[in-house]
Amino acid sequence: MSKRHVTTTIDGESREFLCEDEQTLLDVLRDVLMKTGTKEGCGTGDCGACSVMLDSRLVCSCLMLAAEAEGRVIETVEGMAEGDRLHPLQQHFLEEAALQCGVCTPGFLVAAQALLARNPDPSEREVRFWLAGNLCRCTGYDKIIRAVLAAAAEMRGADA
Amino acid sequence: MEYAAPRSLDEAIGLLSQVGVDARPMAGGTDLLVQLRTGTRRPKLLVDLKQIPGLCGIDCGSQGFRIGAAVSGAEIGECLPLREAWPGVVEATELIGSTQIQGRASLGGNLCNASPAADSVPALIAAGAVCTVIGPGGRREVPVEEVVRGPGETTLSEAEIVVDFRLPQPQEGTGDAYQRMIPRTEMDIAIVGAGVSLRLAESGECLACRVALGAVAARPIRVDAAAEALIDRRPDAAALGELAAQASAAADPIDDKRGTRAYRSRVAGVLARRAAEMALRRAGPRRVAGSPAS
Ligand SMILES: Cc1cc2nc3c(=O)[nH]c(=O)nc-3n(C[C@H](O)[C@H](O)[C@H](O)COP(=O)(O)OP(=O)(O)OC[C@H]3O[C@@H](n4cnc5c(N)ncnc54)[C@H](O)[C@@H]3O)c2cc1C
Ligand code: FES
Ligand code: FES
Repeated sequence: MSKRHVTTTIDGESREFLCEDEQTLLDVLRDVLMKTGTKEGCGTGDCGACSVMLDSRLVCSCLMLAAEAEGRVIETVEGMAEGDRLHPLQQHFLEEAALQCGVCTPGFLVAAQALLARNPDPSEREVRFWLAGNLCRCTGYDKIIRAVLAAAAEMRGADA
Repeated sequence: MEYAAPRSLDEAIGLLSQVGVDARPMAGGTDLLVQLRTGTRRPKLLVDLKQIPGLCGIDCGSQGFRIGAAVSGAEIGECLPLREAWPGVVEATELIGSTQIQGRASLGGNLCNASPAADSVPALIAAGAVCTVIGPGGRREVPVEEVVRGPGETTLSEAEIVVDFRLPQPQEGTGDAYQRMIPRTEMDIAIVGAGVSLRLAESGECLACRVALGAVAARPIRVDAAAEALIDRRPDAAALGELAAQASAAADPIDDKRGTRAYRSRVAGVLARRAAEMALRRAGPRRVAGSPAS
């Protein structure tokens, strides 16, 4: 069977790719487009490492077919920094040592960015519940939560 | 495997009937794509339902609500009129998975995946939701409790699709609630789920009540004996105790490492009672002035 042609917008750029119907968006991001910033942990929706934004909605790219991306707007962790300037979330993850192996980090960053876009001043509890679908086997979560709260505070300050 | 994204119901039903048992409708894919990956299902064709107007969007009118079967949990959670009218249905829907899963998971998928533990289903049954089913044989209205036959099996015939869910505008004095028990605090499968909806008279007497349980039988069940413990009575401690006892008695759960049979049965009663208490608080906001809505 011939491959499917998909036109989409990824991290602000118009992109076209060819894929098999059974390939997930995660497969295509990593193996076709070589955008390996988005990680695969479980492939079954449990770990959140593959989190991306689909038309401004947080989703697992492992639980979505690449064919479904036709005409949609996808944002990944690779669009977060502006050139060499890290996003405040990225900066605070570094400063608070919120990562060890780093496999979970892109997913946490994208998910946290989605939260702060909706709620610039979340409570610790709100952060923990929002990020419940992102698993980390290294940090024990506390540092991640602190980094998100610190980034939120900085971003609110920058807006004021 | 092939993927198709038809733009009309006719086209979708046409594709599904043409390919037959080897075709599956897909909404959010949060069950289906996991099943594909683990090899428990090997469809030849996935028919994406999300481009079909009738399965998208939520309509709120004086007659009630129409929730498209493919609408995501996130969208349902953002519909304030629905949350105000049927908070139990919305809280049950929001319990499905993580934020990421909420971005895709639909009520149609939660129901038609036919898991006994599907969280939205007891709440929909308690609220009296009816779904519109359309297939090659035409259109029919089916109460939610009649859709699931057993684990992974529905009463839908080949190429039939759940198009939407209908809920009435709740009458004065109505309240509903959903409670579930999971071994963790988030991201786990219910070992018991309980949905209750009820209506109180001005006098405080309970005029109507529906109770439904999830995860304690081969499919989500309506428990009329538990509801009858409240109907035409004041919902006092004795009546609520009777409701709990009836819910426990109706439970016919499995016995596994996540919960013994005795524990699950007991929890069914406890949760049915808690859901009823929450529904009572929501039914009487003016009587219990100042009490929080949730
Ligand atoms: C990490 C994770 C956590 C989860 N947590 C929960 C949880 O806490 N509680 C819970 O209840 N579920 C949970 N689920 C299961 C799943 O997310 C839900 O059942 C969800 O509601 C399924 O909806 P969907 O739109 O993704 O369904 P899909 O995967 O698209 O479809 C599911 C099934 O229904 C059929 N179907 C879908 N739509 C229709 C329709 N309109 N008409 C006819 N058939 C249809 C499909 O053919 C398929 O067999 C979880 C899943 C994951 C991956
Ligand atoms: S890789 Fe998608 S959730 Fe784990
Ligand atoms: S840093 Fe290793 S999984 Fe989170």
